[in-house]
Amino acid sequence: MSGGTTLENANPVIFQRSGERLLADTDADEDVHDPIDDREIFDILSINDPEHPLSLEELNVLEQVRVKVNDAESSVDVQFTPTIPHCSMATLIGLSIKVKLLRSLPERFKIDVSITPGTHASEEAVNKQLADKERVAAALENSSLLEVVNQCLTNKST
Amino acid sequence: MAADSALLLSLVEEYVSGLQDSKAKDTATAVKNGEFTVLQLVEALGLSLTSSQPHTRARGVQLLSEVLHECYGGLTEKEVEVLLVFYENRLKDHHVITPPVLQGLRALTKCTVLPPGSAVSMLRSLFQDVHVQSLMLTERAYVYNMLINLMAIREAELKGLGADFVFGFVQSMDGERDPRNLLLAFQIAKGIVLRGYDLGKFTEELFEVTSCYFPIDFSPPPNDPHGITREELILTLRDVLTGTPGFAEFLLPLIVEKLDSDVQSAKLDSLQTLTACVSQYEHKDLAEFLEGLWASLRREVFQTSSEKIESAGLAAVTAITSCLSRSVLNSDSEDSLNTFLELVLKDCKHHLCEPDLKLVWPSAKLLQAACSASFRASCVITAAIMPSLIEQYTNRAQCSQRRTLLEVVQKFLQSVKTCQTSESEDSVFVAFRPSLCSMVFSALTETNSSLQVTACSVLTSLAQQPGLLLDSDIELAVDHLTRLLLTEQDHTVSVAVVECAGALAELHPAAFISNFIPRLKTEMFSEPIDQDNNRAESEQLSHHAVRQRCLSALAAVSIKPSVVQESTPVLLQVLSAAHTGGFSVEEVVLACRSLQRIAEQVPDSEETGRCFHDVIIPRLLSLALQAALQGEDGNRSPLLEEAVLSSMVPIISTSCSRLQPTLALQTASRAVSLFLDGDVSFLPDNSFPSNIQLLKQHSWTQSQMVCLLVGCVCSLPRSMEVPRVDELLSALEEMSCSVLHPLSYTSAAKCLSGLLNKKPHGDSLDSRIHSTMKRVCSELDSSSSSVHTQAFTLMIWVAKALLLRYHPLFTTLTDKRFFSENSAKLVQGFNAAPQEKKPNFLKALSNIVNKLPKQVQLTELPALLSLLLEALSCPDLGVQLSTLSCLQPVLVDPPPSLIQQLEALIGRLLALTGSPDMEVRISSLRCIHAVSQFPEHEILPVRARVLRALARPLDDRKRLVRREAVHARNDW
Repeated sequence: MSGGTTLENANPVIFQRSGERLLADTDADEDVHDPIDDREIFDILSINDPEHPLSLEELNVLEQVRVKVNDAESSVDVQFTPTIPHCSMATLIGLSIKVKLLRSLPERFKIDVSITPGTHASEEAVNKQLADKERVAAALENSSLLEVVNQCLTNKST
Repeated sequence: MAADSALLLSLVEEYVSGLQDSKAKDTATAVKNGEFTVLQLVEALGLSLTSSQPHTRARGVQLLSEVLHECYGGLTEKEVEVLLVFYENRLKDHHVITPPVLQGLRALTKCTVLPPGSAVSMLRSLFQDVHVQSLMLTERAYVYNMLINLMAIREAELKGLGADFVFGFVQSMDGERDPRNLLLAFQIAKGIVLRGYDLGKFTEELFEVTSCYFPIDFSPPPNDPHGITREELILTLRDVLTGTPGFAEFLLPLIVEKLDSDVQSAKLDSLQTLTACVSQYEHKDLAEFLEGLWASLRREVFQTSSEKIESAGLAAVTAITSCLSRSVLNSDSEDSLNTFLELVLKDCKHHLCEPDLKLVWPSAKLLQAACSASFRASCVITAAIMPSLIEQYTNRAQCSQRRTLLEVVQKFLQSVKTCQTSESEDSVFVAFRPSLCSMVFSALTETNSSLQVTACSVLTSLAQQPGLLLDSDIELAVDHLTRLLLTEQDHTVSVAVVECAGALAELHPAAFISNFIPRLKTEMFSEPIDQDNNRAESEQLSHHAVRQRCLSALAAVSIKPSVVQESTPVLLQVLSAAHTGGFSVEEVVLACRSLQRIAEQVPDSEETGRCFHDVIIPRLLSLALQAALQGEDGNRSPLLEEAVLSSMVPIISTSCSRLQPTLALQTASRAVSLFLDGDVSFLPDNSFPSNIQLLKQHSWTQSQMVCLLVGCVCSLPRSMEVPRVDELLSALEEMSCSVLHPLSYTSAAKCLSGLLNKKPHGDSLDSRIHSTMKRVCSELDSSSSSVHTQAFTLMIWVAKALLLRYHPLFTTLTDKRFFSENSAKLVQGFNAAPQEKKPNFLKALSNIVNKLPKQVQLTELPALLSLLLEALSCPDLGVQLSTLSCLQPVLVDPPPSLIQQLEALIGRLLALTGSPDMEVRISSLRCIHAVSQFPEHEILPVRARVLRALARPLDDRKRLVRREAVHARNDW
């Protein structure tokens, strides 16, 4: 990522990662139904920032409190905070989050991704793009864009 | 000869005009084989060397240089001299000739017969006629290699050149950019600096030309072909820069400057270089830079975000302090150690007294780093710091603040410990002994448990200061520890107390013998009061906890033999009191553990050996025997319990294997005669009947004692021979095939196999194995025999004993052989078996495959693949799981045969993701995940199907399953 172009925010504040989810006793119990909860969605979203070799969690782009899920009503609402108000990658980050959730959640879920209010210069425009199903679908037809998204979604470990 | 010269001429012709590079090799081989001499070659080259075309001349010289490169070893001194004159002259020639000339000169510098004075003349003409930095990469390397070669063999001559040599080198390397050449150049510079070449007035030039690369910022290209690493460059450059105190006045300001850098690696490198250089310097080199250095170091430690930099900074503080302490002072120079320490104290001391204790840790660390450097420094710093710390402690009421202060004090105690050189020197803390002691003891009486824990470790550190604590202090400390041990419920506190008691007892055994152990003993044997009212249960519980702590404390303090003499009788007394019901099974087991721990930690001496072999082991055997003879009627002694017996075994086996081999042999022979003849003469309290036959007993209480025999005979060192081993083997074989009590026959089998394992190779071993196997087989074959289990146990143990005799490497081989012998049979069996028995074969097969090492699995798998796929669709959960777990590692690196079966594999794996068992679902998803890494073109056809199928487990009811599904689906 240091391929000649300068980073927009080269020295972001880094936040500590929350640890691995601790296993509860009920997790191994076959008879207990575990509902999908906020933390689980949050764990799914350990996405890399396209600009930084750090995860979105470490950059505080995603926080667990801004991830809301309702398993019974099959809806997910994720708000993310760009590192700087003029971050040009905001749309890409949002798109990555959306794609990741589309791939990782059962089809019954309705997925909303938006920018945390008051943290980005062109907040409304980005939110509109992310909410527009057809634009998202069209964006994913674009093979070069899809490649960047996939690159963001590839786990660091693999 | 004529033919030879014709051949030579044609070789030269083909090389020079024909431009065939391979001819150089042929010529060199010919010269090496003695077909021509170098002289003849020069003659044959004549025309090309004198040609008017520079390129022809260059080609000619190149041939000569290539040949010399191969054959420099065979040259005579005369030849070398002539060649040198020729080459030196050629340096003045056209620039296209310079590269081959340098190549030739490099070859000549490797000659051992280099004529005297030639090194100097060679270098003079080199420095005069060649501008190194306008050469190509490889030619520059020739020059550096020449210098390295000459420095290795002609050091004295080069030193004779004086500062000119250094100047010449500085000019040649000035502006070098390639890391490969830089590494060579740094090596030369390191040689110049370390081997005492005269730098003359060029010190600064040499420093400038090398230090401009500091700090090194180089990352090797990916798949680096040259193998030059950043670390290599950093270390070589550091050796150059830190090599001489002459560089001090230039290097230290540079370091101060670089410490301001924002780049972490530059800071780290600067700090490490600083630490390395001050070890060479004296105080006068450092004096004028102290203030600047200190300011930078303080900033790094106070504001750092990285632990690495902090510790490098602290190491630098220590290095500077020890450099200043080491220096011999002149009468007129001021003591720069004091100057530096004043700086440190001025900036750090007040932080220790700030009300909020902010910055207390970085300041304390800096002070401690200085403190640990030398005795003198520690005297100055402790004298300045301790009074204020102690005062702080008394003024603060909050436990957390007090704890912080105690921890700081402890760090000081530890840092001073590392610099104390001679035993006779009094501890620097002597002056503060009373206040330190009262501080620790007051902390021990606090109710806050973390404060107590910290106080315990401070107490340990205090005790480790030689000659600091007085006997009265130790006694007081022991009092406090005993009180805490007996009353404090908190687990962390009691662990800390036990640890502290252990450390103190090693240094001051007397106080523990006279005070600690007796009080623990009284406490353990006192009956809990108020047995009959309601609180009885909780009282019992707490009494049990006290006993537990006492038992582990007794083990911890028993390191010195004199303490062991006192503590082990108490533990044995616990065991014998258990007979009459004073102690629970659990407590008895703990007592045994404590004895085992003591056996593990005491020094191996005559005294402790006697204590264990002559007192403790006979006593244990006697107690066990008493319990066994009492039988199971009436109130059953805890010593009959399997848990107790099996915790006695390690005491015996540890002392037999660790302490005094000759005494261990005596123990073994006593035990053998006890078990074979009923010889009880060595047991204490000897009131046993004379007709004991422990190995022929059908009463389980006596027969199970054979497990103690295992401890006595099987742990002897291999060099010791067990007495009467054949008799013992026969008796054990008989026993293991006849008694019904599980512990008895298993122990007998263990003992038998242990002895077989020790027996030397030979006929007697073979015949013994034969007879045992015959016995086992006959028992197994007879359908009426009631001892199938016993015979089978014996066989397993004997097999294990024999397997362990061989080298551990053999186990892989055995696995493999076992597999290849059995897999064919299993496959056959599977094909022939009726439908309902097929799962059993699959189970056996998948379990065997699972145990195989991966290497073997890969080669064997193709043959079994169809069967394993079959196993995946088998309804048995166990079979599915074990097959999946053996498939998964194979899938990471799939053999081609597996890829061919992809369709079938995916189909079955996807079916398993709907299994009712979550383990099966998880493992099958992991397998599917692994398949996603197969070659792209192979998995493309099934991708859509897999993605569709994986949508379902995304909504699984178990979170762990969903997690695997998310991973798998995203990677697909």
